[in-house]
Amino acid sequence: MKTISKRILFFAILIGFWSLGSALNWWSEVLFPSPINVFQALFTGVKDMTLIYDLIASFRRLAIGLSIALILGTAIGVIIAKSKTADDTIGAMLLALQSVPSIVWLPLAIMWFGLNEKAVIFIVILGGTFVMALNIRTGIKNVQPLFIRAARTMGSNGLDLFRRVIFPASVPHIVTGSRLAWAFSWRALMAGELLSTGPGLGYTLRYASDFGDMSLVIGVMIIIGVIGSIVDQLIFQRIEKNVAKRWGLV
Amino acid sequence: MFLTIDKLNKQFYTPEKQLSTVLKDISFSADEGEFISILGPSGCGKSTLLSIIAGLTPSTSGTVEVQGNRIIHPGKDRGMVFQEPALFPWLTVIENVIFPIKKEHSKKTANELANNYLKMVQLSKYAHHYPHEISGGMQQRVAIARALVMNPSLLLMDEPFGALDEQTRSRLHVQLEHIWRDTKKTIIFITHSITESIKLSDRVIVMGTQPGVILTDIKIDIPRPREKHKEQMIKLESQIMVHLKSEIDKVISEET
Repeated sequence: MKTISKRILFFAILIGFWSLGSALNWWSEVLFPSPINVFQALFTGVKDMTLIYDLIASFRRLAIGLSIALILGTAIGVIIAKSKTADDTIGAMLLALQSVPSIVWLPLAIMWFGLNEKAVIFIVILGGTFVMALNIRTGIKNVQPLFIRAARTMGSNGLDLFRRVIFPASVPHIVTGSRLAWAFSWRALMAGELLSTGPGLGYTLRYASDFGDMSLVIGVMIIIGVIGSIVDQLIFQRIEKNVAKRWGLV
Repeated sequence: MFLTIDKLNKQFYTPEKQLSTVLKDISFSADEGEFISILGPSGCGKSTLLSIIAGLTPSTSGTVEVQGNRIIHPGKDRGMVFQEPALFPWLTVIENVIFPIKKEHSKKTANELANNYLKMVQLSKYAHHYPHEISGGMQQRVAIARALVMNPSLLLMDEPFGALDEQTRSRLHVQLEHIWRDTKKTIIFITHSITESIKLSDRVIVMGTQPGVILTDIKIDIPRPREKHKEQMIKLESQIMVHLKSEIDKVISEET
């Protein structure tokens, strides 16, 4: 059986079981609504445009935050890859910072920027920057020495060597870094919105929760999951695969 | 003299802080247009020697001069072909060949030049393929075209055919001989194959190991194409083998 049909069958069974459980009252409708109610909540949300506006608002923050994270991460990554001192100091700090989930910065961010969008974007930036920086560093440090030797015999050195050999040779790591940065930023965005202010998917989720609307809570969770896997599988994994093939890594 | 190597020494400290001599008092010179093979067992420092000539590795003492200019850094006057093709995988075949000349030529001229050299290695048809789409032998031919496109006066080849199968290798031998005849480049060719060195070169410099020294310098007078003079080649082979035997024994006893 093909992967796609296996997947469809699996989800059909899952939803079937979920409907069955709800219909037979295996669990309370208030605590865990049936698929039909979740679908209805989603349908209403889309129809009255709240979910659409939420999506737009969330993606706008993500776009701003992730772009800044990628640029900043690349810059830091290049610096720590090129300077041993920077690597020994900033590099060590990055490892520590990376193991702190970026959402724990929210209290500080709210103090600094106020309870607004800036605080959330700040969390998103923190979510993506460190992992991007560390991947760029790995990429640059792992360029095959042979490429560099070959380029030097062809008269390339300094900035030219970096621009035409080292950077393109690191592209597989740059792509992986971007994928991880997106994943971290996306999670940070949802957490940030959940705990601060809207509009946004995370905010709507909390709003629904405050009003006991578990159908919408599950609906928003499904949207978050679907978007996450679409971006990861359809965009990043595809790019990663193409790059790996072209760069002769498979 | 076109290329002069004078009392070259290379030493380095091992991780155990012991001084190790890789090359000891290497001196030889080459005329313009000469095809010289440097033959030696593994570990004799022949690749290090080539790397010093390329300007990639500094020597401990001694000098390398090409046409009177002392070599310290890499430069486009010396093209290098490594054992592995070292093509950039993100560039197409022709973009790889254009790489070294991209800055000094217009797009059109660079393209024409690259095409000429791709034609010379008979790979025009594959200009727009990526390296991973062509075979190892073809990749190595692209690497040769890429070195030649700079029009270097000296072509340095570090066991360029070592990783290829026998048939591909002998086809490339013929092609390299043609290229050498047509371009009149001076070639320094590193190899550990006696047959390969006799088949291709005007002179074979035999190196010994621990430390790397020149054992002997043999002129090969067999007329080309040499396939027709098998007997003379075999005779010379056994002659060189005598020089190498004790060296190879030395390497083996070291390893066991």
